[in-house]
Amino acid sequence: MTDKIQFNHVSKVFTIRDSNERKNGIKEFTAINNVHFSVKVGEFLTLVGPSGCGKSTLLDLLGGLTKPTSGQILIDGKPIKGPGLDRGIVFQQYALFPWKTAMGNIEFGLEAKEIPKKERTEIARHFLALVGLSGFENRYPHELSGGMKQRIAIARSLAYEPDVLLMDEPFAALDAQTRETLQTELLRIWEKTKKTIIFITHGIDEAVYLGERIAVMTSRPGTIKQMIQNPIHSRNLDEDIRSTPGFAQARHQIWDLLREEVHQSQAFERKNETA
Amino acid sequence: MANVNKSVTVTIPAPGRIPFSFHWLQKLLKQTVVMMVLLFLWEVAPRMGLVDQTFFPPFSIVAEGWWGLAVSGDLYDHFLASILRSLSGFGLAILIGIPLGLVIGWYPLANELLNPVLELFRNTAALALLPVFILLLGIGETSKIAIVIFACLFPILLNTINAVRNVDLLLIRSAKSMGLGSTQLFYKVILPASIPTIFTGIRMSGSASILVLIAAEMVGAKEGLGYLISYTQMNFQIPEMYAGIITIALLGLILNFMLVSIEKKLSKWKENANG
Repeated sequence: MTDKIQFNHVSKVFTIRDSNERKNGIKEFTAINNVHFSVKVGEFLTLVGPSGCGKSTLLDLLGGLTKPTSGQILIDGKPIKGPGLDRGIVFQQYALFPWKTAMGNIEFGLEAKEIPKKERTEIARHFLALVGLSGFENRYPHELSGGMKQRIAIARSLAYEPDVLLMDEPFAALDAQTRETLQTELLRIWEKTKKTIIFITHGIDEAVYLGERIAVMTSRPGTIKQMIQNPIHSRNLDEDIRSTPGFAQARHQIWDLLREEVHQSQAFERKNETA
Repeated sequence: MANVNKSVTVTIPAPGRIPFSFHWLQKLLKQTVVMMVLLFLWEVAPRMGLVDQTFFPPFSIVAEGWWGLAVSGDLYDHFLASILRSLSGFGLAILIGIPLGLVIGWYPLANELLNPVLELFRNTAALALLPVFILLLGIGETSKIAIVIFACLFPILLNTINAVRNVDLLLIRSAKSMGLGSTQLFYKVILPASIPTIFTGIRMSGSASILVLIAAEMVGAKEGLGYLISYTQMNFQIPEMYAGIITIALLGLILNFMLVSIEKKLSKWKENANG
């Protein structure tokens, strides 16, 4: 299989105002440092790391919303020039347009792609059905539950047929039951659509349940600590994978890797608070 | 414990027509009862000698005066003069305020340059400028419409600026990730997201337009409701004076009702728009 996405020694440094220094004090802040990995076509990669490890920076870079300070990010061998419809982002807080109905939201990316109205409606209906929300066409976001909103957001990102789906802790704001349902459904959608998915999470269980490979990140500055090939190959969605010994083993391995990082990142936050 | 297995039949009243219309009647009663009491007091207090009848005639006499003005056509002429001035000033303020506000809100530099000036003008009471307007524009229609524009402009302008500047960043990020350029972003995200806040400004201006106009008409005019009130007061036609006041109250009520219903239509996607 060929590489879909390549991170070549990517670093991102922000300059922020330093409140400890004089008024014009400027501090450099390395969000991610020398991130180097690749994702294959059609692969489901989960990225797990402690809070503040630059996961979201990584995703912004991939989405073309910011540019790396050094290094290169390639998609199909070509460097990312900016945002584009070849990548779809699903945000944690849904980011649905509140003035548009469920259908209107799903059609949004298609409008940007200048697809004619009739076709747009057809495509939107198809994806609404894919996420199991047929019948909710004309609901506004405020009339939908959190889980439904995230389904719409996923449908919106899938509708304009990106090759890559970037998901930034999409299920973090949902209750446990809804989260599990959506995780299973995401796997089903992934198998159906064959998208390349990069899924960012801080949940170890979620990372193990979803990912074919799991990238464990270090705390600030974020870098890939270890890439783990998920031993759970059986993706029978009806099976209770979470109770298998393989799952527990993978979970424990990641937990061990993360423990140290979590301590570090907590120490860092404490230091910042007292400073 | 013996009762547990007994089934009990409870008759639940079907939601039929009669309870519904009764509810409606109750609502009407609730909304009008205080008004009725006030009108009753207005009628009775002068007749009982609690207040001076000459300066505070009973409601029935005021109503009679109102009817007299209405039949003679005077009231219509004054009403028309006022509403034309108020609507043209209000309308022009909308035409100037919204585009200007959108531009100022969209370009940070424009905002930085203009903000101090806008703050100054906003806090200048429109009526304090009335003498200036009269000196520069005479006592004709121009000065009156100009002062209405001035009074209406700032609520609309400042709300529009605020609306544009406070559009949810997440929505902007989401739209950008779907490849929207600046122009498209403006029309498809900034503008629709701003409408409810802009409309709050419009509604504030609606009441300001009447308030300022009446005051301007009292100072120097040959027709209009403000003129009617000050003229009748000076000529001791007290019931007619109250008739003018009532007409203004009704005018304000109608204008506000119209604006609220437009607002409801435009922001039906908002949670609990107007309660």
